[in-house]
Amino acid sequence: MLRFALKRAVAAVLVLFAISVLVFLIFFATPGADPAARIAGRNASQETLAQVRESFGFDKPIPVQYALMMRHLFIDRDLTSFVNRGVEVIPQIKQAIPITLSLVIGAAIIWMFFGILMGVAATAGRGSAVDPLIMIIGVIGVSLPVYWLGEVVNLMTQSRLHDSLFSWVPPLGYAPLSDGVGPWASHLIMPWMTLAVLYAGIYARVLRSEMVGAMNEEYVRMARAKGISERRVLWRHAFRTSLIAIVSLFGLDFGALIGGAALLTEVVFGLQGVGKLTYDSLQNFDLPVILGCVMYAAFFVVLANFLVDLVYALLDPRVRHV
Amino acid sequence: MAIGTTEVISTPATQSTGPWRTAWRDLRRNKVAIGSIIVLIVIFAACLAAPLYASQVMHLDAFTSNLDGTFTVGGVTGPVMESSTSGLGLGVNPIGPTWLWNNFFLGADNQGRDVMSRLLYGGRNSLVIGLVSAILCCALAGLIGIVSGYFGGGLDAVLSRGLDVLWAFPVYLLAICLSVVLINQSLTIGPITLNSGSIILPILIIGVIYVPYVARPIRGQVMSLREREFVQASVGAGATDGRLLRREILPNVLPTLIVFLPLMTAINMLTESALSFLSIGVQPPDASWGTIINDGVGLLYTRPMVAIAPGVMLAITAVALNLLGDGVRDALDPKARLRGAV
Repeated sequence: MLRFALKRAVAAVLVLFAISVLVFLIFFATPGADPAARIAGRNASQETLAQVRESFGFDKPIPVQYALMMRHLFIDRDLTSFVNRGVEVIPQIKQAIPITLSLVIGAAIIWMFFGILMGVAATAGRGSAVDPLIMIIGVIGVSLPVYWLGEVVNLMTQSRLHDSLFSWVPPLGYAPLSDGVGPWASHLIMPWMTLAVLYAGIYARVLRSEMVGAMNEEYVRMARAKGISERRVLWRHAFRTSLIAIVSLFGLDFGALIGGAALLTEVVFGLQGVGKLTYDSLQNFDLPVILGCVMYAAFFVVLANFLVDLVYALLDPRVRHV
Repeated sequence: MAIGTTEVISTPATQSTGPWRTAWRDLRRNKVAIGSIIVLIVIFAACLAAPLYASQVMHLDAFTSNLDGTFTVGGVTGPVMESSTSGLGLGVNPIGPTWLWNNFFLGADNQGRDVMSRLLYGGRNSLVIGLVSAILCCALAGLIGIVSGYFGGGLDAVLSRGLDVLWAFPVYLLAICLSVVLINQSLTIGPITLNSGSIILPILIIGVIYVPYVARPIRGQVMSLREREFVQASVGAGATDGRLLRREILPNVLPTLIVFLPLMTAINMLTESALSFLSIGVQPPDASWGTIINDGVGLLYTRPMVAIAPGVMLAITAVALNLLGDGVRDALDPKARLRGAV
């Protein structure tokens, strides 16, 4: 097991390295504009450009440039925004992390609950109207653009129904957990539900297809032959084996969301998380911040992939020998 | 539909109905799938008719701003941009939906342009980008998956690691990185120059970022096909690589790729709209459903229809594509397992 973990860890570091090279190449080795001008932002003065060129070594060969960039990012951690003069990138990202975590963890609890509920209910209701009904709801959830749903939710809770049904919904934004659980949760409940709709739909669909497959397996027939109740067959046999697919999916999605895939939800609800930071820097072309956010995101996704692999190997010993 | 026209691949040695014909028959019996096809055809036709609607019904160009324009309803003429009556009375509001087919049916946007015309024009871009990038994605993924799974060895190792890296990259961030660099300037590759506003850029970007999602299952499928008896028999009979790929592997992989096509089209459309919403997809004055939603955000509380209408269109189209995808999968490959999350 330790050997397996080590092998996966080495692979994860290699993937991370490859991603950093890829990002670097996309930003600084694509034909077109001067890389120094990209870093320094639009309308930068000649002195700033010269300074950036010096500091990042843009007159040196590409491998040296890459090494210098990674040094600014990870060792010196002094990458600064040129658009907002002198604001350092890393502290900005650190500040944004708790907000993104609050959003994603809350949403994950909601979507896991509803996704599992819908998936199991659809499996149990096969042959009746329940199954297609739930699956249609799932398809609609998957098909709604999340940012649009967020805007419609805002329209209802902030404007149209704000005086009646949703008078308790606070203005857009975030309240830290240190202000108390109440304000924190009431600011986040709408973003949570909006983000959860898509994933609840996906998980319900995946879980149903896994469970329907499991229900045709021989061990389920065996369990039934032994006279075990249908409910127990459903939960203890079909659901438990199908959980593996859900767990691996969850690891990947959670990692991607923490890494900034929640961007659209954060933008729509004005939450200053990592995704919003990426978005804002995108709007004024603040490349150092974009670079920092993307690298941070890649780190979390690779970490999530690694953890999923480990959990998998713990659950299923066969994986370790591949 | 491609499904009906691909009998070329199955050899009609006996008179049995081929797998493609069986699948087509199953699909035709599937009411949900047929309903979805009809919905998609209607939306497609409406969007194709966009120039016709703008010039013949609305009599207004959908791409130039119309701040001084007027409209006439029931003999009364008024400005398209009304002065705001709420708040301090400062600023102007575009007119809201009139629900009259030939006169600002869904109202005007902040440039005084007709939202209905732009919705139809935008649909063209959304549909074209979604469909073409899905075809590109499936073709690329098919090629990579087949080559990687069939030949194995060093080539497979390189391609698989490449896919791993793309896979580990959150798709929106990858798209953002590429868009930031490419969209804001024109790109010259050899003799070809792509202008910054060209919709070819979003097509390429979206087509590439989802390749691992399709290529990975294809690679696995090809690897297991290689070990199957009918392929081994062909190898034993002395078939060349080319013949094996063409006659044994490809016909078995093609259904999977076709199953992916409507699903990827839906996902790609949603991705395109999200990128356009973030202003790194389709560039103004061109429209897509995503850019119109973006236009509508500023008017959300006063003229919500500008943002709501394109979202509803997106959702209907995506639901139809997803249901069609489910139908195609049931018809072609009852055992197919797709990675549901993208």
